[in-house]
Amino acid sequence: MQFCLRHGGLVFFMTPELFLQYLFAGVTYGLIYAIVAIGFNIIYNTTGIINFAQGEFVMLGGMTAISLHHYLPLPLAIAAAVAITMVIGALIEMVFIRWLHNPSILRMIIITIGLSILIREGALHIWGEGVRALPYFNGNEITSIVVLGVGVSPQVFWVLGVCGLMVAALYLFFKFVPLGLVMRACAANRVAATLCGVSTKNMVTFSFVLSAGIGAMAGCVVSPITYSQYDGGTNLAIKGFTVAILGGLGNSMAAVAAGLLLGIIEAFSISVVPLAFQDAIAIGILLIILFIRPHGLFGNRSAAMLKEF
Amino acid sequence: MGFARYIPIAFLVAGLVLVQQVTQHTGTTFYLTQLTMAAYYALVITGLCLLMGYAGQISLGHAGFFAIGGYIPAALTTYNLEPLREKWLVQTLDAAGLLTAGQDLYGQQVLHVHPWPSCILALLLTAGLAFVIGMPVLKLKGHYLAMATLGFGTIVYRVFLAMPLFGEADGISAVPPFPLLPGVTVSGDFAARTENYYIAFGLLIVGLLFLINLVHSRIGRAFRAIHGSEEAANAMGINTPRLKLQAFVISAVFAALAGVFLTHYNGGIGPSEASVMKSIRYVAIVAVGGMASLWGVFFMGILLNFMSLRGMFGTYDDAVFGVILILIMLFAPNGLLRLHLWQRMRRWRGVDKPKSRTE
Amino acid sequence: MSFLAIQHLHKSFGGLHAVNDVSFALAAGEIKALIGPNGAGKTTLLNLLSGNILPDAGEVIFLGKPIQGLKPFQIARRGMARTFQNIKLFPEMTALENVMVGRHMRSRSGVWSGAGNLPWTWKEEAGIRRKSLELMEFMGIAEHAGTEAASLAFGQQRAVEFARALALEPDLLLLDEPAAGLNIYETAELAKLIRKVRDRGITILLVEHDMSLVMDISDSIVVLSFGRRIAEGNPLEIQNNPEVIQIYLGEDDA
Repeated sequence: MQFCLRHGGLVFFMTPELFLQYLFAGVTYGLIYAIVAIGFNIIYNTTGIINFAQGEFVMLGGMTAISLHHYLPLPLAIAAAVAITMVIGALIEMVFIRWLHNPSILRMIIITIGLSILIREGALHIWGEGVRALPYFNGNEITSIVVLGVGVSPQVFWVLGVCGLMVAALYLFFKFVPLGLVMRACAANRVAATLCGVSTKNMVTFSFVLSAGIGAMAGCVVSPITYSQYDGGTNLAIKGFTVAILGGLGNSMAAVAAGLLLGIIEAFSISVVPLAFQDAIAIGILLIILFIRPHGLFGNRSAAMLKEF
Repeated sequence: MGFARYIPIAFLVAGLVLVQQVTQHTGTTFYLTQLTMAAYYALVITGLCLLMGYAGQISLGHAGFFAIGGYIPAALTTYNLEPLREKWLVQTLDAAGLLTAGQDLYGQQVLHVHPWPSCILALLLTAGLAFVIGMPVLKLKGHYLAMATLGFGTIVYRVFLAMPLFGEADGISAVPPFPLLPGVTVSGDFAARTENYYIAFGLLIVGLLFLINLVHSRIGRAFRAIHGSEEAANAMGINTPRLKLQAFVISAVFAALAGVFLTHYNGGIGPSEASVMKSIRYVAIVAVGGMASLWGVFFMGILLNFMSLRGMFGTYDDAVFGVILILIMLFAPNGLLRLHLWQRMRRWRGVDKPKSRTE
Repeated sequence: MSFLAIQHLHKSFGGLHAVNDVSFALAAGEIKALIGPNGAGKTTLLNLLSGNILPDAGEVIFLGKPIQGLKPFQIARRGMARTFQNIKLFPEMTALENVMVGRHMRSRSGVWSGAGNLPWTWKEEAGIRRKSLELMEFMGIAEHAGTEAASLAFGQQRAVEFARALALEPDLLLLDEPAAGLNIYETAELAKLIRKVRDRGITILLVEHDMSLVMDISDSIVVLSFGRRIAEGNPLEIQNNPEVIQIYLGEDDA
C-alpha cells in the first residue's frame, strides 16, 4: 500500500514508513512551536506585550542544561536549567519592563527585540558558535522504538509526553488553581483585579517566569533531536509567533492545534521544496494569515479582544 | 520658502571638505573609505527615518530592500551572457546598448549588463515590490506590522542565501565599477578614494534635500499627522493608506539606491546585508537619532556606522546595537535630544488615553 | 435634495443593538442635537456617519449621495468634518500646525512638488498658514499658535480641535460632546460660537449631555434610548414629551 502526493504533473509515492516519519517529525517540531506560542500567549494575555525574546528562553534552557550536565546528573541539570531560565525571565521583567508607565506598543516591541539580541549575543560569548546537544534521555541516537512499523526515537515520546503534560498542567492551572484564576483576572481587567487586592505587578513577573519555564523545559527535551545553538531562538520566535497568530493570539489551546499544523506542513514540505526554503514556509504562512485573517483560524474578531487562555 | 532649513546643509558641506582636507594632509585618507561606506548606510537610515519617525510605521525588514538594491546589479553585471549571445533577448539588449563586452582574467570574451540599466532595474523592482508588499502590510498595526516586516526581511535573506544565482552564502564578488557619468565612477579603487567620498556624500545630500523639503511640506505635515493620530488624520481627509504606502516606497527606494552604490563601491555583496541584524541596526540608529529628527538620525548614522566599520565595537558589534536599542527605548524613546519632552509626553498620553476600557 | 438623510441604520456589537433602526434627517443650515442617556448609541451613530464604523444595515445619504461604507477620509472629503469626544489633536505638532492639517484637503502640493520645494507651493503654504491663523483668531486662541498641542490647557485644546475641523470648510460639522468639561461661562461661549459657525453656512449635528446648551441652541432634537429613536422635535416639544421625561427620570441634569 502506498500513499500518493501529487506535485505539478509528477506523482510522488510515499511509503507508509516515510509518511509516519514525516508525521512524527512534524508533531515533534510542532509541539515545540506550540510551547513557544503558549509562552507568547501567557505574557500577551497578562500584559498585552509580545515578548520577542520568547525563543531565547528555549535556547537558554537547552544550552544551560548542556553546560550543567558536565557537573550534574541529567535530571538535575535540566531542573536547574529550567530554574535558572525562570529566574532570568523574572529578572528581565523586573529590570526592563516593570517600571515603564503605559509604554507604547512600538517601544515594547523594540525593547523586547533588543533583549533578544542581548541574550543571543550573551549566549554567543558564553558558548561560542558551536552546535551542542543534550544526550538522549534513554539510549542514544540509534535507539528506536518500533511504532506502526516505523522506528521512532524514544526522545520523540519524551517530547510528546513532556509537552502534553505542560499543556494539560497549564490548562488546569488557569482553570482551577487560584493563582491561575488570578492571572486570568488580571488579563481580563487589570483595574478590577487591582481593586480586588491582586498585585498585578507580581502577576506580570509571574507570567514571564512561567513562559520562561515552559520554554526552557521544551528546549531541554528537544535538544537531543534538534541540537542547540546560540542563535536558535530567533527562528523559534518567528515560528512560535506564526503559530500563536494562526491559532488566534491569546488562545493557547488553539496554539497547540496550530503548532501541530505548522510542524506537519513543514515536515511534509521537504518532499516538495528544497530544504533551504523550509523556514520560508512558516514566514509565508505568517504573512498570509496576517493579511487575510489576523485573528487566526480559530478566533473571531470580537473574541480576539478577549484575553483568555 | 523657509530657507533656514538649508543652513545645516551648508555646514555639512563645509565639514565634509574640512574632513577630507585634514585626512589628505595628515596622510590618513584611509578614513575616507569608512566614511564613504557610512554615508551609504546613512542614506538607508535617513530614508527609514521618514517611514518610522514621520509616518510612524515600523519596519524590521529594511535590510531586505538594501539587499535587493545591491544584489540585482551585482548579479546582472557579473553574470556572463556570452554563452547566450544567440538568444533574441540578449541581441535586443545589446542593440539597445545596455550590455558591455569585455574580457575576463583569462582573455575570454564576456558579456554583462551595463551598471546603468541594472541600477534602474533594481530601483524599479524595489519600488514595485515595496508597493505590492506595502499594501497589505501597512494595514497591520503594532506587533503585526513589526512581525510582517520582519518576515519579509527574513524571506529576502533566505532567498539570497539559498539561490546559486546570488552566490549562496558567499554572495557575489568582482562587481565592476559604476560609471555614473563620464569621469565620475563609483568604484573601490584606492586612487579614487576622494572622488568616491564626494560621490557618496553628494548622493546623501541630494537625499537629505529631498527629505528635508518633503518633511517641511504639506505631505510631510500629513505624515506627522498620521503619526500623531491616524484616526484624526483620516477625519481630516488625509488618505492615510496611500500616504503610508508612499512613505514605505520612498524609504525602500532610498535603501535600494544605497545598496546599488555601496555594492559597486565594495565590488561585491553578501547575504549578511539582508540579515535581521542589519535591519535592527538601522532601527536602532533611527531610534537613537531621535525618530523624527532627520539631522539627528543622519549624524548618528554616520557616527555609529563609522565606528562599527572601524571595528571599534569588536566582536560585540551586534550586541552594541542591541544595547543601544534597549537603552534608548527605556530612557529616551524620542531620541537623545528630546529627553525633557518625554515627561510631558507621558502626561499628555495619560490624559488622552486612560488604560483603555475598550481594549 | 435632502442635506443629510439617515435611513434605517442598524449596528450591533455581539448581541447588543447599539443602533436599532434609526432614521432621521437634517436640513441644510440647521443645528440638530442628538441626546439620550448613556449607552443610548449616540456616539456610535456619530461614528457610523463619519465612517469610523460600518453599519450592519441602512443608508446614509449625504448631499444626495449614499456614503455608508465609505472610509472616513473619503467622507471627510465630501464635506463632513468632526470633533472627537476624547480630543484627538496631534500632540507633537504646534496648535497652528494642527489647524493647518485641516487644510490638507483644500491644497494640492504632493510628494514631488513638496520634495522639490517648487515655487508654486510657497504661495500655497502661505495661504494655508494665513487661513489657519484666521481660524485660530476666530476661535480666540491665535496667541497659542506656536505652542505644542500637548501642553495646551484643556479648553484651548478643544478650541484648536474646533478650528481644525472648521479648516476643512465642511458643509456638515459633527460635534461629539463639545461641552464636556466646560463650566457655565465656557458653555455659554460655546453656544455663541456654534451659532457663529452656523451663520457661516455650516450645518451642525451635535451629540451632547448638557441640556441647557442643547435646549438653547438647537433647532431640533433627536432623542435616542437603547439604540432606538424615541422622539424628534423642537426643544419645547422634546421638553414636554412624556417618554423623554421618563427616560431621563432620575438623571440629575440642568
